[in-house]
Amino acid sequence: MQMPLPDPAILARKARIARRLGTVLPADALIQDEMETRAYECDGLAAYRCPPLLAVLPRSTQEVSDILRICHEEGVPVVPRGAGTSLAGGALPTADSVILGVARMNEVLETDYDNRVIRVQAGRTNLSVSGAVEEEDFFYAPDPSSQLACAIAGNIAMNSGGAHCLKYGVTTNNLMGVTLVLMDGTVVEIGGAHLDAGGLDLLGVICGSEGQLGVVTEATLRILRKPEGARPVLIGFDSNEVAGACVSDIIKAGVLPVAIEFMDRPCIQACEAFAKAGYPMCEALLIIEVEGSEAEIAHQLQLITDIARRHNPVELREAGDAEEAARIWLGRKSAFGAMGQINDYMCLDGTIPVGALPQVLRRIGELSQEFGLEVANVFHAGDGNMHPLILFDANKPGDLERCEAFGAEILKLCVDVGGCLTGEHGVGIEKRDLMHYQYNGQDLEAQLRVKDVFDPKWLLNPAKVFPLLVTQSRRSPDLAAE
Amino acid sequence: MHRPANEAELAELVAGTNTGLCIEGGGTRGLTVPGEILSTRGLSGVELYEPGSLTLVVKAGTPLAEVEALLMSEGQRLAFEPMDHRRLLGTKGTPTIGGTFAANCSGPRRIQAGAARDFLLGVRFVDGRGEVVKNGGRVMKNVTGYDLVKLMAGAHGTLGVLSEVSLKVLPQAEASATVVVEGLSLDRAIQAMSAALGSPYDVTGAAYDPQAQAVFVRVEGFAQSVAYRGDKLVQDLAQFGNPSLAREGAALWSDIRDVTAFASHSAVWQASVKPTEAPELLDRLGQIHGFAYRLDWGGGRIWLALSEDELKAAAFDTEDGRKDDPLEGLAAFDANLRQNVAQLGGHVTLVKAPKEAALPRFQAQLVPLAAIAEGLRRQFDPRGILNPGLMG
Repeated sequence: MQMPLPDPAILARKARIARRLGTVLPADALIQDEMETRAYECDGLAAYRCPPLLAVLPRSTQEVSDILRICHEEGVPVVPRGAGTSLAGGALPTADSVILGVARMNEVLETDYDNRVIRVQAGRTNLSVSGAVEEEDFFYAPDPSSQLACAIAGNIAMNSGGAHCLKYGVTTNNLMGVTLVLMDGTVVEIGGAHLDAGGLDLLGVICGSEGQLGVVTEATLRILRKPEGARPVLIGFDSNEVAGACVSDIIKAGVLPVAIEFMDRPCIQACEAFAKAGYPMCEALLIIEVEGSEAEIAHQLQLITDIARRHNPVELREAGDAEEAARIWLGRKSAFGAMGQINDYMCLDGTIPVGALPQVLRRIGELSQEFGLEVANVFHAGDGNMHPLILFDANKPGDLERCEAFGAEILKLCVDVGGCLTGEHGVGIEKRDLMHYQYNGQDLEAQLRVKDVFDPKWLLNPAKVFPLLVTQSRRSPDLAAE
Repeated sequence: MHRPANEAELAELVAGTNTGLCIEGGGTRGLTVPGEILSTRGLSGVELYEPGSLTLVVKAGTPLAEVEALLMSEGQRLAFEPMDHRRLLGTKGTPTIGGTFAANCSGPRRIQAGAARDFLLGVRFVDGRGEVVKNGGRVMKNVTGYDLVKLMAGAHGTLGVLSEVSLKVLPQAEASATVVVEGLSLDRAIQAMSAALGSPYDVTGAAYDPQAQAVFVRVEGFAQSVAYRGDKLVQDLAQFGNPSLAREGAALWSDIRDVTAFASHSAVWQASVKPTEAPELLDRLGQIHGFAYRLDWGGGRIWLALSEDELKAAAFDTEDGRKDDPLEGLAAFDANLRQNVAQLGGHVTLVKAPKEAALPRFQAQLVPLAAIAEGLRRQFDPRGILNPGLMG
């Protein structure tokens, strides 16, 4: 994965830049020692590393504004970082960049149950937002798998989803307002506790912009009252086609489960070996969860199992109590850990139209043979978001490259069938060079123009999201002019 | 009037035009600007409908009624419940799906299901340069690049003319019930709606009619679930009065959605505020002006209306002391409303006004945001030809 070469002029000015930042930050918020900046050399995409020039850990919007103003004046690129859990390299620095970590900004600023909103500093972790309103039986709906660690700032940057977004939507559907600091230090308030935007929907375009338009320091989030209860059912099938048809029939019947998770045979095997959840050995497994009162749950599960039975399931297991429910989820929730036991793995994140599932899984199987790498599939089947996990050996020369090539083929396949390159992880550096496959030059140019407005000097996280060649003239106008 | 028959013609037309264009879908929302009319009605038809994937791809000029009829045939619907402006504004014509999204037009269910923008998955549009741009797609989860889809929803055509939209649809509800609580003051009404919306019963509508002093709370879903939740809400809301259950509420909710109560008023505004701020706002305005109002979205959406006489009376408050000029009254109330909403946090849209009025429809934004909005308009429409002046 190529990254732009660091600007030697910036590297030479490290001491001066650190001195200026030191005038607006307490000593413990500025990290310049090379041993310590190493802690910020990568995120969840650990195959790529580069220590930043400096790292800063502000505690307030004012400090963020001061940092950005100084970096803007100095012409230094800034890479915003939430909790560093990105699987796409969204927080990967370059040697001439300043990492701006918001992890210390983790306060709850206001909880308002009457208006059903919470205002938090953006470094707060996803799970601790729900934690802050739990005593009143409320929750924050988007629930990415990394929710214990990941920050709201990163959720907003990547427009994160989770297993329950079929019913509750993704981050953008639950985000009501932000305090955003622009690259020149200007602080802007967008949205708030009221619904919808007054003018253009700037909140909508900031959410998912991967830290390229501004740094979000505070967020107003919609909170919801918890449902009375929830219960899963586990259904096994002897083919992916039949499982896919069953999902489609359930949705067509007007049932809207809160989650529909799909696992294929390699994934079932790995999870079973690891977690011993008692899964049946079959080709495809669905875990479907519904919510409501006891009677409502029973009614929905009845509808679902009636439909499933028409598709001749090899296994149909309803959770009788909380313990059985936990066992049904146990295997699925340990999927990533299970794969990690076997080998290194790369987790992909394409989305496909739900109907294309059997076709896509068949083709992934063929590609697995061609590349000689094993792959297991977990899939949010209700919304088409798939997470193929490709196994490889990082210590074996050439394996990572082969794995990446295989991954790229799968993502292209997602686009070919009418889907997209990434459903919830973001583009980062990982899928940057595939953007051409989904969007033509004009489509990309329209997106670049948005960044031109928010960050005319292209200093915020500049080497991400778009193919480097496409952004070259904007990132280094002098170089391009030569 | 221009009426391109396809996207290529649309692009050619925009590229070859140097004067302002008034973009029109069905022309039912009364949002006209000076300039030659560009109708999207020639871009019509369904491209793809997959009920099992809850997705629909349709050309922007397709009549909304056609889309809704198609969805109905598969037991599905547009969950954001778009308002039909014709009854309020007395306009003719047929609303289009593109116009609905360009106006980010949502109804009472917005409070639970989300706004129009939350259901828009992908767009194709022609920007002010005459270039065709696509963004998003036809899948529910998509974070590939910037979300220009949201930016186009609610941009009222000022950044580009929509040619095709793909959207998420949802199942029709099998049943619906409305809990009615009467005899509620404004303060109590807000509290009752907050209690209902903070319950685990998935309330899909919460509105208040001050004339009837009645709060309406809607639940939808499977019949037995609706029966259960309706009963639960009746119990929960008993602390506010004497709730009753109405089984048939379709006409009631379409009246709330379309604000038909104000069909004969001369001027109507929509304010979006934090629900618990609604009483403060209405109190401040009520100290100066006579007006009528309705609440939707649990109090977060306030419809305010002035009759011809109330507009004239509002003119008394203008500085030069002129009386009886409804346009002066319109301007005075508008300024007062916008100032108060800006203080409390929120925004205002002027939805209906006398023909001669020349007031901006949308909320003026604060300086840094206005500069960003202006920058975006300049990038997407450098010659300023798409609905010029409509949004600033």
